[in-house]
Amino acid sequence: MRKLALNDEILLKIEKPARYIGGEVNSVMKDKDEIDIRFAMCFPDVYEIGMSHLGIKILYDMFNSWEDVWCERVYSPWVDLDKVMREEHIPLFALESQDPVKEFDFLGITLQYEMCYTNVLQVLDLSGIPMMAKERTKEDPIVIGGGPCAYNPEPLADFFDMFYIGEGETVYRTLLDLYKENKDSCKTRQEFLEKAAKIPGIYVPCFYDVSYHEDGTLASFTPNNGHAPKTVKKQIVMDVTDTYYPKNPVVPFIKVTQDRVVLEIQRGCIRGCRFCQAGMLYRPVRERDIEKLKEYARQMLKNTGHEEISLSSLSSSDYSQLKELVTFLIDEFKGKGINISLPSLRIDAFSLDVMERVQDVRKSSLTFAPEAGSQRLRNVINKGLTEEDILEGAGKAFEGGWNKVKLYFMLGLPTETKEDMEAIPRLADKIARRYYEIPKEKRNGKCQITTSTSFFIPKPFTPFQWARMYSNEEYISRAAIVKHAFHDQLNRKSLKYNWHDAEITVLEGVFARGDRKMGKVLLEAYRLGCIYDAWTEVFDNEKWMKAFENTGVDIAFYNERERNTDELLPWDFIDIGVTKDFLKREWERAMRGEVTPNCREQCSGCGALKFGGGVCYEGKN
Amino acid sequence: MKARIKFRKYGCLRFIGHLDVMRYFQKVMRRGEIPIAFTGGYSPHMIMSFAQPLGVGVTSDGEYFDIELTKPISSKRAVAQMNEVMAEGIEVVSFVEIPDDKKQSGMTITKAADYQVTLLESVKSSGYVRKVPEIFKEKAVRFLSQEKIMVLKATKKSEKEVDIKPMIYDMRVSDESIYLFLAAGSENNLKPDLVMSAFLDFMGEDKSKNPMHFHRIDVYADAPKGFVDPKETDARKKGFVTLESLGREII
Repeated sequence: MRKLALNDEILLKIEKPARYIGGEVNSVMKDKDEIDIRFAMCFPDVYEIGMSHLGIKILYDMFNSWEDVWCERVYSPWVDLDKVMREEHIPLFALESQDPVKEFDFLGITLQYEMCYTNVLQVLDLSGIPMMAKERTKEDPIVIGGGPCAYNPEPLADFFDMFYIGEGETVYRTLLDLYKENKDSCKTRQEFLEKAAKIPGIYVPCFYDVSYHEDGTLASFTPNNGHAPKTVKKQIVMDVTDTYYPKNPVVPFIKVTQDRVVLEIQRGCIRGCRFCQAGMLYRPVRERDIEKLKEYARQMLKNTGHEEISLSSLSSSDYSQLKELVTFLIDEFKGKGINISLPSLRIDAFSLDVMERVQDVRKSSLTFAPEAGSQRLRNVINKGLTEEDILEGAGKAFEGGWNKVKLYFMLGLPTETKEDMEAIPRLADKIARRYYEIPKEKRNGKCQITTSTSFFIPKPFTPFQWARMYSNEEYISRAAIVKHAFHDQLNRKSLKYNWHDAEITVLEGVFARGDRKMGKVLLEAYRLGCIYDAWTEVFDNEKWMKAFENTGVDIAFYNERERNTDELLPWDFIDIGVTKDFLKREWERAMRGEVTPNCREQCSGCGALKFGGGVCYEGKN
Repeated sequence: MKARIKFRKYGCLRFIGHLDVMRYFQKVMRRGEIPIAFTGGYSPHMIMSFAQPLGVGVTSDGEYFDIELTKPISSKRAVAQMNEVMAEGIEVVSFVEIPDDKKQSGMTITKAADYQVTLLESVKSSGYVRKVPEIFKEKAVRFLSQEKIMVLKATKKSEKEVDIKPMIYDMRVSDESIYLFLAAGSENNLKPDLVMSAFLDFMGEDKSKNPMHFHRIDVYADAPKGFVDPKETDARKKGFVTLESLGREII
């Protein structure tokens, strides 16, 4: 029987002990004496969130398919256990072996959102690994970061030995072989880091020096070690069909956020919305072969026993064989009591038809994400959706019996005016009016249009990376404008408006485009007790404001300043394939309100062509 | 056709709560390809009902749930197929056919449960068991000879004082453990920890100084007229039969 790291008394007093005991179906056990490398793979949030993440499932499967590697999972202990572990000096452990993380060769941490950064420090701290990379010795694991936030790794540069820029399937084997070789020949940690820095996609922050201008902007970013390259190139898998896929994912005992089989149908997006980071980072679009996906669906449902399957990708409607795939899933599995959970699809005859087949029309709702209220602003952000599309889609759906619509918008987009904000309630109202055009006897009761707004955050490697953000107060006043405009309309019964707090938005903005100076703010916030900042019940903005004050870092410098296009940006040393020139062109087109066609309509020369595949070569040989 | 599944829950799985065990077995049905029936409607669910929930931290050798089958499957195959896809800490013991009658469902017929209580060296681990002090034996006899055993029992809304004596069918103390045979099910249900706290109170012992581990041995129904379970040798359980013994093997 496996021995647990936590004793019975603790497990019986904390919330959901199943988060910490491992032993789930399909979790991988190996004999630690028969492997060479122990890899702890961490999602720095609570188990139910971490266990829902596809990327880690893929890497877990890949690592464990290698005989010499044992990859185990690590998640952030929830605040109740966090407290106990500190009081009783219990080191953080991996779920499978229940061994302390500090004994591992690697600690990999996925960085999916900025608000998990204090949890990164929590994981290091509870593991007993020095938080500062420069203080680590050969006794400590190599701490490596990856995921979307690694595309601007600078705010975390002090805490990581290295970052992996790109998709994990590509250079991990090379990195691990190098590690083994280094270990066998008793070379130092420094020597390993130097050799690792030469692997394409690996960024070792301590090998780079940063200097600043007097105004605080970046003056230079240069390698200080001969082994480190000037630019780090994003690594991606070009053949997404013939690669690793987790056919036996771990089946959690407790209900997790994504408690289902997930099929990743494609990577990347052809659309080019100017605010969207994923849309730029994962270029070019690469589709998985449909036959392989069908096979995965069968195998994974059988191996997990899940009662639901969903598709995952950006803009799933653009997957060229979506119709065939969805029809297959319904025909094959619906009769076996498997729920088909559809991704958000463009509303047309096909999607309404499949929605009707897999959902209860009376309960389900339609989702549109116009992102901006006016057509002018939608052109600025290059969101193709028009008012006509929305009204036509909603109209068809209403005639088919739907009566609930959800609308998503962003406030604070570049060039946004009061008119743009006021266009949001007007659009919601037009949709409601469209509903009442249906003869009364055919209506399904009242309609309900729910509008939600979030605040726009400029992200690195997007055409809006130069854009300014606003203060907390300004955001709230923008939401108030929308709220009042809703209130001034005649129809109040069928329209509902929700908006998010802006405090977290401001922090996300700072860390999204921050530089190395953010490291001390993070440390200070953590010292003051900040963790689980993505959880509103734990998040404490006052502590954060104190951390900025104590470290003398000015939020407005990072957020409320429109950057000049010739400013050196902290992430400029990373080459994602999409060029800075293209982003500049897109920024300028945005300012002129010009729409750029999607990748299938016309190539705009973003630079991703150089990867030699995907959508850039569709129809060519 | 209906079937009753008996399983054990031990080791780390004692930290998995009742609702999660239900979810777990739904997935086992699919992984193990058991021909289980579904309800109709927009979101069909498996026809599956558990006899008696088990508290977090408690282990068991006799847990039960009933399912409806769409077609027969042999007991042997069903047990093997399920155990093939099981996590460590849960094991299917048997799979038997039961009458279709709704009144015969495990939930309805459950009348008693048998528990083994062990005393622990420390609250930190159920691995270190200590001997039951000699005095417990004598005290148990005196405890049971009381006319009434009044305890505060928490209900959904408040607490009320109830006499638990009629629900204690038997209490036996050996050198290693304390055995409790208690009323269970929808009519009268008595949890073993409630009995043990009443017993410790009776002895004037501090509950926090006597950490315990609870283990359910089996779950029982009233014996049908003339029915004798050949496996049951304990005279004290006369009139009761295990839920398992009411079914028959599917060949």
